[in-house]
Amino acid sequence: MHILSSILFIALTVAGFGFFAVNAKKIYRNIKLGQPVNRTDRSSERFKNMLLVAFGQKKMFTRPIPALLHFAIYAAFMITQIELIEIFIDGIFGTHRIFKEPLGGFYTFMISLIEVMSVAALTATIFFLSRRNLLKLPRLNMKELLGWPKKDANLILMMEIVLVLCIFTMNGTDEVLYNIGKSHFTGQGSFNFTISQFIGPTVFGSLSEGTLHILERVGWWGHFIMVLTFLNYLYFSKHLHILLAFPNTYFANLNPLGQFNNLESVTNEVKLMMDPNADPFAAPAVDENAVPAKFGAQDVMDLNQVQLLNAYSCTECGRCTSSCPANITGKKLSPRLIMMKTRDRLEEVGKNIDANKGTFVEDGKTLLNDYITPEELWACTTCNACVEECPIEISPLSIIMDMRRFLVMEQSAAPMELNTMMTNIENNGAPWQYNQMDRLNWKDEN
Amino acid sequence: MSESLVVPTMAEMMARGEQPEVLFWVGCSGSFDDRAKKITKAFVRILNRANVKFAVLGSEEGCTGDPAKRAGNEFLFQMQAMMNIQVFDGYEVKKIVTACPHCFNTIKNEYPGLGGTYEVVHHTEFLKSLLDDGRLTIEGGQFKGKRITFHDPCYLGRANKIYEAPRDLIQKLDAELVEMKRSKANGLCCGAGGAQMFKEPEKGNKDVNMERTDDALEVKPQIIAAGCPFCNTMLTDGVKFNHKEGEVQVLDVAELIANAQDL
Repeated sequence: MHILSSILFIALTVAGFGFFAVNAKKIYRNIKLGQPVNRTDRSSERFKNMLLVAFGQKKMFTRPIPALLHFAIYAAFMITQIELIEIFIDGIFGTHRIFKEPLGGFYTFMISLIEVMSVAALTATIFFLSRRNLLKLPRLNMKELLGWPKKDANLILMMEIVLVLCIFTMNGTDEVLYNIGKSHFTGQGSFNFTISQFIGPTVFGSLSEGTLHILERVGWWGHFIMVLTFLNYLYFSKHLHILLAFPNTYFANLNPLGQFNNLESVTNEVKLMMDPNADPFAAPAVDENAVPAKFGAQDVMDLNQVQLLNAYSCTECGRCTSSCPANITGKKLSPRLIMMKTRDRLEEVGKNIDANKGTFVEDGKTLLNDYITPEELWACTTCNACVEECPIEISPLSIIMDMRRFLVMEQSAAPMELNTMMTNIENNGAPWQYNQMDRLNWKDEN
Repeated sequence: MSESLVVPTMAEMMARGEQPEVLFWVGCSGSFDDRAKKITKAFVRILNRANVKFAVLGSEEGCTGDPAKRAGNEFLFQMQAMMNIQVFDGYEVKKIVTACPHCFNTIKNEYPGLGGTYEVVHHTEFLKSLLDDGRLTIEGGQFKGKRITFHDPCYLGRANKIYEAPRDLIQKLDAELVEMKRSKANGLCCGAGGAQMFKEPEKGNKDVNMERTDDALEVKPQIIAAGCPFCNTMLTDGVKFNHKEGEVQVLDVAELIANAQDL
């Protein structure tokens, strides 16, 4: 019997992790479609940032109540991983609570902690579900979330409830069995786990031994299968953030938010233009590997790898959008939607590559226009509120800027008034039509 | 207003073989916009009073390129930047002060990558250092006990994390500093940044500056203080739209100080 279940366990594990690995590789490949960007400098500062923001959830705590609830789920998730190690050993070798004897009192403490955190997580989950579905928090009920995003959010919360119920079914029934000396763990007494020592006898106390054994296994297998399901669900969900928040904060921008990058390709050309010794007719040096330079971003491949990682990491919480001045005043721009659309397009490009044996076949679509419209892009005031708000340091603004650059430098498609402004700067050194020689007139005016 | 302004240019200083302590970067708005020119003059009066040896570039100053860059025109931005850097380097400029957070941010953060590294300070920081060093003293005077709220310019606040210098100055006036519900890192944009100043807003329900003016009016201030000529314009428009211009003034921090000093 235990051989059979061991085989089933190993098969499920291999299948579960194998399938996840295949999908994880796809995500990695898709992110690599972006332009390289140097974010490997200042490693100690980056590590510290990741520790504070992803591990320590620093930015979540700007809103303390959801932060605490989120922290409960996060902490429960983290600590349950320890129990998972036991599940793996027990599952493979057919043992039962293998850590109990060697760890002794610490085991009781650890499982108790898991139980307490699970109750906290369950409370948080119920609160989150009602916040989305009953309280209808505006930020979580915007039209961009209709359909899959809403279902995705609810599904994962429901999965969490099932997971917690499995834990208590498993521990509760085992407690009753152990009370009567019938647990697979030898001996008799109480496990003394903080919560299941009470709810075990209360909920399951009246059941027969056979039923208890079955329920214990249901809880155990249910817990394990839920973990595998969850793991493989991540690929299809915004819940990828539980993994990607870590690299995302590590590779986040550490420079002042107001510092926009200077395009190097432009610098070279401008330097040449301004160099009085440059030969205007000289042919540029030919680089065999050069890809024709595109200024700004039209499609996901023109964005950099961190921007694409940002798209996969986005949790669709909408804090960016609810702080965006353009969005608040009813304009079409939603920073959250910029991230969601970037991910959708990236996924589409990935599928195209899969379908065409590893190469992207032109599909006549681009991120610009087919997903994100110029109207959205031009509504941005570059105020950085979205970047400031994001709990995991995503920058929708950098994508908006790169797409504006494409509109202006490749397509000359700036709004007319901006063209006037730019012409004025070119001719008069000021965005308005004043003569540069008059710049000091204010001195003598009254 | 009795004293006339002393505004030497870099060219004049150089001709005299002198080097100023700081270059005052006036910016396009401060040079040409009628409202912003008052801020420029207020700041100069303070500099004159504190005996700060400064100079301006005058006709040698050009747009920093900020609105071009944020509109997506990296070419134009870099051309402007490189021309300005040539001028700075020609005069061996080390320290720059400006009353425009957009100029401040661009010169401070974006010029170094193009070869122009300087010590750049916003005028509120500079004024605070004058006070700290005892070169300038202010007394509340007409602002004593007045309700003043400060609007954080995005390019000063979130972009460069300068929140305290302007607030310190306002408090030095013995004024009652009241905070809007959205302030500091959560401050709301005035609606002018990212080259929005130069175009009509996209279609929506409301203009951003109206939303922000509502934030400010909600705390019932007598004065809305700003530290950016663009924010100043946007909020002044918002106050006028609400027909509150009789009760609520929009003033730059430099104007507050110059007025308190009766300069």
